[in-house]
Amino acid sequence: MFWEQLINGLTLGSTYALIALGYTMVYGIIQLINFAHGEIYMFGAFAGLFLVTVLGVNIFVALIGAMIFCMLLGILVEIIAYRPLRGKSSRLSGLISAIGVSIFLSTLMVLLRGPNTTRYPEVLNIHSYTIGSVEISSLQIVILLVAFVLMAGLQFMVQKTRLGKAMRACSQDLDAACLMGINVNRIISFTFAVGSALAAAGGVMVGIYYNAVWPYMGMMAGLKAFSAAVLGGIGSIPGAMLGGIILGVLEIFGVAYLSSSYKDAIAFAILILVLLIRPQGIMGQKKIKKV
Amino acid sequence: MQQIMKLEGITQEFGGLRALDGVDLEITRGEIFGVIGPNGAGKTTLFNIITGIYVPTAGNLIFNGQKINGFPPYKIASLGIARTFQNIRLFNRLSVEDNVKIGTFGLEKISFWGSLLGLPVEKKAEREAKEKSDRFLQMLGLYEKRHEYAASLSYGEQRRLEIARALALDPVLLLLDEPAAGMNPAEKEELMDLIRKIRDELKITVLLVEHDMNLVMNICERIAVLDYGRKIAEGMPEEIKNDERVIMSYLGDLGE
Amino acid sequence: MDAWFMQHIDAYYLRIMVLIGINIILALGLNLVTGVTGQLSMGHAGFMSIGAYTAAILTLHYGVSFIGALIAGALMAAFFGFLIGIPTLRLEGDYLAIVTIGFAEIIRVFFLNFEPGGKAVGLYGMQQFTTFSLVMVIVIVVTLLNVKLLNSRYGRALYAIRENEIAAEACGINTTRMKVAAFTVGAFLAGLSGGLYSHYMGYIAPQDFGFMRSIEILNMVVLGGMGSIPGTIIGAAILTVLPEMLRIVADYRLLFYGALLVILMIFRPNGIMGDIRVYDLRKRWQTKEVETCSKS
Repeated sequence: MFWEQLINGLTLGSTYALIALGYTMVYGIIQLINFAHGEIYMFGAFAGLFLVTVLGVNIFVALIGAMIFCMLLGILVEIIAYRPLRGKSSRLSGLISAIGVSIFLSTLMVLLRGPNTTRYPEVLNIHSYTIGSVEISSLQIVILLVAFVLMAGLQFMVQKTRLGKAMRACSQDLDAACLMGINVNRIISFTFAVGSALAAAGGVMVGIYYNAVWPYMGMMAGLKAFSAAVLGGIGSIPGAMLGGIILGVLEIFGVAYLSSSYKDAIAFAILILVLLIRPQGIMGQKKIKKV
Repeated sequence: MQQIMKLEGITQEFGGLRALDGVDLEITRGEIFGVIGPNGAGKTTLFNIITGIYVPTAGNLIFNGQKINGFPPYKIASLGIARTFQNIRLFNRLSVEDNVKIGTFGLEKISFWGSLLGLPVEKKAEREAKEKSDRFLQMLGLYEKRHEYAASLSYGEQRRLEIARALALDPVLLLLDEPAAGMNPAEKEELMDLIRKIRDELKITVLLVEHDMNLVMNICERIAVLDYGRKIAEGMPEEIKNDERVIMSYLGDLGE
Repeated sequence: MDAWFMQHIDAYYLRIMVLIGINIILALGLNLVTGVTGQLSMGHAGFMSIGAYTAAILTLHYGVSFIGALIAGALMAAFFGFLIGIPTLRLEGDYLAIVTIGFAEIIRVFFLNFEPGGKAVGLYGMQQFTTFSLVMVIVIVVTLLNVKLLNSRYGRALYAIRENEIAAEACGINTTRMKVAAFTVGAFLAGLSGGLYSHYMGYIAPQDFGFMRSIEILNMVVLGGMGSIPGTIIGAAILTVLPEMLRIVADYRLLFYGALLVILMIFRPNGIMGDIRVYDLRKRWQTKEVETCSKS
């Protein structure tokens, strides 16, 4: 029971982590809580569904297709709704703009597909493997593998490539990076693209895993993923991964051992407790107050 | 000679970094005391400890015979220690006058109900704040600009406004963090006159951190030199000028 | 008096005006926290729900008079605001934002499982005690007290915290205490409007006070102009009327609403009323925009 719940938790947590990465990367660079990120994830789930059902492609092709689609969507959102605001106003107006995009996108999907839940078709032959007394499905293995590969790829990209170095420079100091000749707008677009692609992957996998997608799925997932990012220490990429997994595992355990009616409250209760003890999050660096 | 502020073995660590290392300092009532040292020597950290923004890792902070380490900044302010900031910290989107008025808020507790209902206590405090702000704005030559937003002032004016706001607290000890930064020679002359005036007329003890050697040597009666978090010398300006360790670590580097 | 209003004003318009009034009270409370003191709270609807449920349970099950229940609801919300404010207001900026969201979600899930509150179904059958004239009287009183407070030393200390917390502290202001106080007053007003709301609609359910409601309230404050009382009132009025006006576009209503938020922020990033406050309407202020490399 325990190990099965742990695997369930890791599966859910790895999808939270994929979404949380987008929040943390965008926040790291432009200090914006991108509230539309949950909707990008939802669009990713629907794009995957479209590719599988309408075009009948293989699920992995659909996954990549959904990621590419959301990359473009993420870039578009940034150019239309955030870029015109940058530097001109308080961070709050960016936040409100993000909320506007979020409402716009979820309503758009309601108009396209109706407000109800759509079932995901069976795209994988699901086998169950039993290791000792623990049962794990092939679907869970696929999700964990895909999440791992994507996160490892991201970590490689950020740490080892020139583009990654530019991203890190931008998150340290946007102005200084700009003066060093980095095309800041391009890096920001790129950050949105990467974050959105990861969210799309999360969306497709959640769709398959729970066998359901709906236009409002982005809100709660987005809030929880953002909590995960803050839990891990916002702005920190490993922090977002860790935060997502911790949140997913604890949520599953909470539902299993405590009560399922408080499911949506568990993630927030954990977040609040952690922040009160460690205000900068788990992996976040303690800031020395500069005066 | 009556001492007003005493630092005993003040040590401050940030993670592994030791920003201040066993600093002792005694400031006498009514003097103008300067702290100098190269960048990163721990001067601003010293100020942040005195004003309660950092709690020192070790050592004691004694103000008027009372131990004050661990006091929150607002409490230290209401004891009569006012400060300015190296990188100006004004209330940008409030008027110049409001900035100075807010400087008086540490003097008398702000009552919620008194404010909401306009009780006499609050009315009186408001009147006093207004009087003080008029007086100090005139003293610092900002009276004409009292209705402008703090953000719209020039750099030099903003520095003066910070001093006016600090004076509004009726401090016994005034801490000036690089008051001459970014000023031209004429403005520096004015600043020196102002600092002397603050001490002579308002009877306020002044502790200042500054890079400008000329200014420090000119107006400070006593000077302490910090280097890598340690106090390497202390004395009158003449003594400091001739101190070999100071010349080695600091003055010698200037090459001016 | 209300009979006269009902005779002479179309019931539909009267209803919208009552809702505007309730939203003004709500938004003025949040304005105190977020607009004036600069503490981003994104869970204001949580406090509204505490007031709404408390008042409704008191009138429904305990036969308490409406005014008594209204005050009890507001005090209950204020109490929770105080309780939540003490630990959370040490956090800054976006950390505070997510924690307030979290608390509001926990409150919502609590009511979803709260037997006396009717669980997911909610409460219904409250008498419509809330009248147009009562709402207007409360709006006027709350507005006047707000103006009074913001023009006082207290109000200026709150603005000082928003502008520069470290400097405010160095001026001798106990910033933690004042932030908690602002939060408590904000929660009180939310609770008050919650009580009015539940006794106007006649039914309430947990989903009435979800994240989107908190966001709506925040929008009113930001749209009107942070920290400005007239701005907040205009913001509350516009965002109450706007969805009604958008009814002509039927299904596309929320689509337009979302798009309008983006457009408004692009063209009026500091809100409709910018940063004009009551006490300095005379002295207009031009922002000097600072062009920096990455922002040009």
